Amino acid sequence: MSNFFFGLPSLVQALLKGVVVIAIVFPVAAACSMAERKVCAWIQRRPGPNRTIPPMLTWIPGIGIIQRLGLFQLAADGGKFLFKEEPLPDHVNKLYYTLAPVIAMVPAFTTLTVVPFGAYLGSGGSLVPIVLANVDVGILAVFAVASLGIYSLILAGWASNSKYPFLGGVRASAQLISYELSMTLAVLPIFLWINEPGSTGSLSLTRVVEFQSGTWASGGGEWFLFTMPVSALIFAIALFAETNRQPFDMPESESDLVGGFHTEYGAFKWSLFFVAEYANMIVGSAVFALLFLGGWNLLPWVPLASMVGWLHHATGWGIWLHPLAVGLISIAIFVGKILTTLFVFMWVRWTVPRFRYDQVMKIGWQKLLPLSIANLVAYAIGIAILQK
Amino acid sequence: MAVIQVKRKSLTLMERTYLPQILGAMKTTLGYLLGPAETMEYPEQRPAIPPGYRGVPTLIKDPNGREKCVSCQLCEFVCPPKAIRITPGSVKPGAGIDQVEKAPQAFDIDMLRCIYCGLCEEVCPEEAIFLQNQYSMSGYSRAEMVNHKDRLYELGGTLPDSHFKWEVKKAAEEASGGHH
Repeated sequence: MSNFFFGLPSLVQALLKGVVVIAIVFPVAAACSMAERKVCAWIQRRPGPNRTIPPMLTWIPGIGIIQRLGLFQLAADGGKFLFKEEPLPDHVNKLYYTLAPVIAMVPAFTTLTVVPFGAYLGSGGSLVPIVLANVDVGILAVFAVASLGIYSLILAGWASNSKYPFLGGVRASAQLISYELSMTLAVLPIFLWINEPGSTGSLSLTRVVEFQSGTWASGGGEWFLFTMPVSALIFAIALFAETNRQPFDMPESESDLVGGFHTEYGAFKWSLFFVAEYANMIVGSAVFALLFLGGWNLLPWVPLASMVGWLHHATGWGIWLHPLAVGLISIAIFVGKILTTLFVFMWVRWTVPRFRYDQVMKIGWQKLLPLSIANLVAYAIGIAILQK
Repeated sequence: MAVIQVKRKSLTLMERTYLPQILGAMKTTLGYLLGPAETMEYPEQRPAIPPGYRGVPTLIKDPNGREKCVSCQLCEFVCPPKAIRITPGSVKPGAGIDQVEKAPQAFDIDMLRCIYCGLCEEVCPEEAIFLQNQYSMSGYSRAEMVNHKDRLYELGGTLPDSHFKWEVKKAAEEASGGHH
C-alpha cells in the first residue's frame, strides 16, 4: 500500500495529499458553523439546534447524542445550500459576483499547504514534519497568500453593485490592511530569535516548533507564549481582525450593514464565504498554535519525542515509537490546540459587542501598530544582546 | 437641595486596553455555557400553569354531570369581540335539569375572535363557563378554530361546585310549598 503510494509520480502524490487535506478541512470548516451555533446557544442558555434526525435512523441506540449535537441539522443545511435555487441578482456584475466566493476559497485552502500538522520521528531520531509543502518561506507564504483573501470581500462588495455590500467591502479592505501590519511585526521577534547569527536562515513554521520543543534540562522548550506574551497578544488581536471575527466583524456587521459584503449572496455561494471564513480561522488558529503554543508538543518543556519515550517506558509497547503512532499523536495534539483556539474565537464572539468602525481603526493604527513596533525594537535589542 | 458632584474617574491603563473587562465577560459567559439551559423544550416539557390562568374558554358540567349553562346569553352580550354565539333551546324532558327552562342548542366560541378577557366567566350567573388551562389552539381552517358545544364540554370537563344552586333552589321551592 505505502509502496504503491510512494511509487506514484510526485505530482500525483502531492495532489492526493492535497485532496485528503481538503476533504478533511472542508467538512470541519462547515462543522464549525454548527459549533458556532451550539456555542452561541449554550452561552445564551439555549439548547441550540437539536431536533433534526432522519426518521429511518431513529431506531439506532445512542443516536440521540448526534441528534442533540445538531449534526444532522448540519447535513440538512448543507443539502439545502447545495440544492436550493442560486439567485443571481440582475444588477450585479455577473463574472465578479460569481468569482468572489471562489476566490474566497482559494487562499483559505492554499495556506494549508505550508502549515505543518504534526511530526514523526524519522531515522536517527530527527523530527520529520507532516506538511504538504515543507517550504522555507513558511510564515511568509501564509501571510502572502492569506492576505489575498481580502480580494474576495472587495470583489463581492464591488460586484454586488449595492450600497451595503460596497461599504462592507471598503471596511474589509481598510481593516485588513491596518491589522496586517501589526500582525507581521508581532511575529518578527520570533524569527529574529530562532535565526541566530551564523545559522542558516529560515522562516519555516517547522523550525519555530522545533525551537519550542526542548526539555527543561536542555534549557529550551518554553513556548513563545511565555517568552513573548506581547507578541502573542498582538497576534491574537490581529487574528481576530484578519478573520473578521467579533469584535472586529466590520465587513459583515449585520446590525448596520444588513449582511455586509455577502448581502446579495444566497445559497451555495453564500455558504462558500462561510466555509472560507472558517477555513481562514482554522489556518489562523494553526499558525497561532505553531508560533506561540508549541505546535505539536503537548506541554511546555515536554517535547513530542520525550512524550512518546515516556509512553514507551510506561507501557513497554514498542508501538508508541512507530512513526505512524507518533504522527497520529502529534496530529491529535495539534488538532486539539486548533479546536481549543477555535472555541476561544466563538466564545469571544458571543461575549463581546462589536467595536465602532472608528474604534477599529484607532486600535489598529494608534495602539497596536506602535505597540508592535516597540515590541519588535525591544526584542531586537534583547536578542542582539543575548545572542552576541 | 444638596447636589453631590461625582467626579468621573478616568480609566486606568488596564481598563483602556479593554482586556480585563473582556476576560471578566468571558468568565461570565463561560458560566452560562456550562450552566443549565433556561429554555423549555416545548412539546415534551410543558410550563406549569399558575392558578387563575386565563386559557381557552370552556363549558363545564356540575358534579352530577348536568349541563350548567342555562342559555341566558349574558356571555354572548358581554363578549367584547363578539366571539360567542348561542342558539338557545328548550330543555329536553328527563335530562335531570327540570329546574331550568333553557339549555343551549348550540354554543359556538370563535377562537379566532376570542381575546381571552374572561368577561364571560365573570358575568356567568350559573358559573358554567370557565377559562381553563389550555393555552394552545391550532387548526387548519377557520372553521376548525370555532369551538362547538360538544368540544367546549370536552375541554371543560367537570369542576367542583360549592353552591349547588339548583339543589338549594329546589329545596327552597319544596319548603315553601309552591313555585317561588
